[in-house]
Amino acid sequence: MCDTCGCNITPGNQHLVSEGGKLEHTHDGKKTVDVMHDLLHENDHQATHNREHFNTRGILAINLMSSPGSGKTSLLEATIDALGKEYKIAVVEGDLETENDAQRIRAKNIPAIQITTGTACHLDAHMVHDALHDLDLDGIDILFIENVGNLVCPASFDLGHHLNVTLLSCTEGDDKPAKYPVMFRASDLMLITKADLLPVLDDFDTQRAEKYFRQLANVSPVFTLSSRKQQGMDQWLNWLKYELQKHRKQVTQNTHSHSHHSHSHHHHHAT
Amino acid sequence: MHELSVCHSIVSQAIAIAKEHQAHSIAGISLAIGPLSGVDIHLLRQAFPFASVGTLAEDATLDAEPLPIRVRCTQCNNESDATPNNLVCSVCGNWQTQVISGDEMLITRIELEAPEERNYV
Repeated sequence: MCDTCGCNITPGNQHLVSEGGKLEHTHDGKKTVDVMHDLLHENDHQATHNREHFNTRGILAINLMSSPGSGKTSLLEATIDALGKEYKIAVVEGDLETENDAQRIRAKNIPAIQITTGTACHLDAHMVHDALHDLDLDGIDILFIENVGNLVCPASFDLGHHLNVTLLSCTEGDDKPAKYPVMFRASDLMLITKADLLPVLDDFDTQRAEKYFRQLANVSPVFTLSSRKQQGMDQWLNWLKYELQKHRKQVTQNTHSHSHHSHSHHHHHAT
Repeated sequence: MHELSVCHSIVSQAIAIAKEHQAHSIAGISLAIGPLSGVDIHLLRQAFPFASVGTLAEDATLDAEPLPIRVRCTQCNNESDATPNNLVCSVCGNWQTQVISGDEMLITRIELEAPEERNYV
């Protein structure tokens, strides 16, 4: 979000902008400054910077979010098996502790950087940026950022990624979109995972899950798949290929029509 | 519990603005927060003292205004109130709506203790 052009000001909050202009002096000698900054202004600034790194290299960055144990890492393993020869994939893993997920990805000869957040319940743009220092970004087509398993906090932090993919495993209950609306509203794709278990889970209704998802006014696609049993993987893989192509086209158009905006600060990146 | 991270961000932005205005301290910070931002006002208030202690914002009051959720229907074009997990148009029942308010998390205003005017006698 931009903080300077006024696009933060919506019909719902425009009454908060005082008529007197940016700076007012109140009677008791206090100064009041109108701000209209996003609460996560610094994170958003860093996220924009991260996105520039991705865009200049034509990388599609995908933020994978879900509750713990819904199959994010298994989905990545299956995706690497299917697309790893055709596309260069890299992974940033976020967990409170352990290198376990990164090791699973590295076992497939895919570069993986593990961020251990300690007590933090989400990744932020600064953590991702630090991780990018350890990753050779050249030649990468798709970067997956596997967020900390949590349906609440990760939704509020832009990492500089292009698309949010939210997993809902059918062992969790089909009303998760209604219970965690902020995350599911932000999803560019919802994947109902562990579909091979659906026949024994008679209380999970995929149509009901989609109905709750649509009630969040979300027009994004919903796919049902099983990474383990290789069911329904094609829709997901085709979506990835399509989104990568679309992203590449957009990035190329933007570099032709705009001069490249570069930041004034410099970083040393692994190249 | 990402509200502590959010508070750290609020405090550091407020300090930057206070320094820009050469203020002694920050008397108040006003926020406007919609339910779809994912930030909980109650938790934010609880986390604020931990983020502001020992800073220019230590004694600042934190005022958070909750914003309503409003949607505009892409079919009938009416605006209506909505709840976080039901953004369907309440006029015609269409689910394809646009959120026009309710996902904001903004610092709207910062009140500063201004430096004392120097009197040259």
